[in-house]
Amino acid sequence: MSILAYNGSAVIAMKGKDCVAIASDLRFGIQGQTVSTNFEKIFEMGPHLYIGLPGLTTDTFTVLNKLKFRANMFELKEDRKIAPDVFLSMVSNLLYERRFGPFFVEPIIAGLKPKTFEPFIASMDLLGCPNKPEDFVVAGTASEQLYGMCEALWEPDLSPEDLFETISQALVNACDRDALSGWGASVYIIEKDKVTHRRIKTRMD
Amino acid sequence: MAGVLATERTLPGFSFENCKRNSTLLQQGFKPPTAQKTGTTIVGIVYRDGVILGADTRATEGSTVADKNCSKIHFLADNIYCCGAGTAADTEMTTMTIMSQLELHRLNTGRPVRVSTAKQLLKQLLFRYQGHIGAALVVGGVDVTGPLLYSIHPHGSSECLPFTTMGSGSLAAMTVLESSWKPDLTEEEGKVIVRNAIAAGIFNDLGSGSNVDVCIIRKGSVDYIRPFDIANLKGQKQNNYRFRRGTTGVLSTRIIPLVTESEEIKKTEVESMDTSA
Repeated sequence: MSILAYNGSAVIAMKGKDCVAIASDLRFGIQGQTVSTNFEKIFEMGPHLYIGLPGLTTDTFTVLNKLKFRANMFELKEDRKIAPDVFLSMVSNLLYERRFGPFFVEPIIAGLKPKTFEPFIASMDLLGCPNKPEDFVVAGTASEQLYGMCEALWEPDLSPEDLFETISQALVNACDRDALSGWGASVYIIEKDKVTHRRIKTRMD
Repeated sequence: MAGVLATERTLPGFSFENCKRNSTLLQQGFKPPTAQKTGTTIVGIVYRDGVILGADTRATEGSTVADKNCSKIHFLADNIYCCGAGTAADTEMTTMTIMSQLELHRLNTGRPVRVSTAKQLLKQLLFRYQGHIGAALVVGGVDVTGPLLYSIHPHGSSECLPFTTMGSGSLAAMTVLESSWKPDLTEEEGKVIVRNAIAAGIFNDLGSGSNVDVCIIRKGSVDYIRPFDIANLKGQKQNNYRFRRGTTGVLSTRIIPLVTESEEIKKTEVESMDTSA
């Protein structure tokens, strides 16, 4: 078994028109045993910047704390909020430092660029190789199912409301075919003037 | 190490702090996940006035296509570019490291860097890591000595060739190069050969796919064409599969408003010079 499947997770991010969405499931389990069903895997790193850290939960927290430290130091030094593309380099470098003994996380970043409010999504493998596509990024144990859902459902220039439906349905239906993820889901829609966080209804089995 | 001024020690080079834990996990049967690879077809040829590099744009994770349009031709210097195959993170990071070293070298020496310098820096780095950094590279560029093309293997060996190819699609690409490359090609002929070589990889090797990227390096100018050829056009959706709004059951909504905390406009007035004294 892969160590990424020890706790189980599903994270997804999508681009829309002047908005981005990032969503995750809420299960925290130890192999087959579900321990918690309100475990958020998405973390706020700035007003328009969110990171999803699916993978081995112990590493989720280690990486999160290291990133928060570095991002805070950046803000203090530079006296400005960190931009998504800069944050991507930060995460990528942190992971590649451990090239020969990696953290078992596959981060996903979603946000809006400062000033222009241009949508930004990115994903990385566990070694920190950045991937910045124009449509969607997925990670976690349900990634294969998520790829399938997104490939069918995603279309360009979705409005925030339609983006919410698309990302939610992609996530919910992907998790239904993955035993290790699901048990509730949490969706963030990031727009210029507000961020909407919704908990959505899913199967609980 | 937590002091008042808690500074995280960021030592240069790789960190091996997780190695022991990860090998223990492996002993217990928890396999490390597969890193993103660029299955890849990359080629490079020398033509009459320069070098043409080509690459496909697929990145894979096991048998899953992780990125359908990734860029595998990396910038090293204004006159040198580099195609990368192998572990995606390794090709990306090695070329970035060498790119900055070459720029420092250029500023120190005050002249454009040579292709052989780039090759030497790359192969020394790769040899130092004994093949553990899985990067197979094709370096091409034009310097004072003319157009040059090198291929570098993950263990640090290199060769200087008039045409070369690497990656899992190299066998397919080499068949095209062997049959159609000749000395003194024109740019147009060269581009066609490179396109055909990459297309051979795209259509015959499962690790390679999507589009053809091409980079032409001449003396004093570079043309990076991305995509050069869209070999696999995605079909148009016949219908839209949008869900009606309200399909998803919402349990709770929390809106985080983002208001401008404060806006400050500082006016700077020119101070009048004190001339009384």
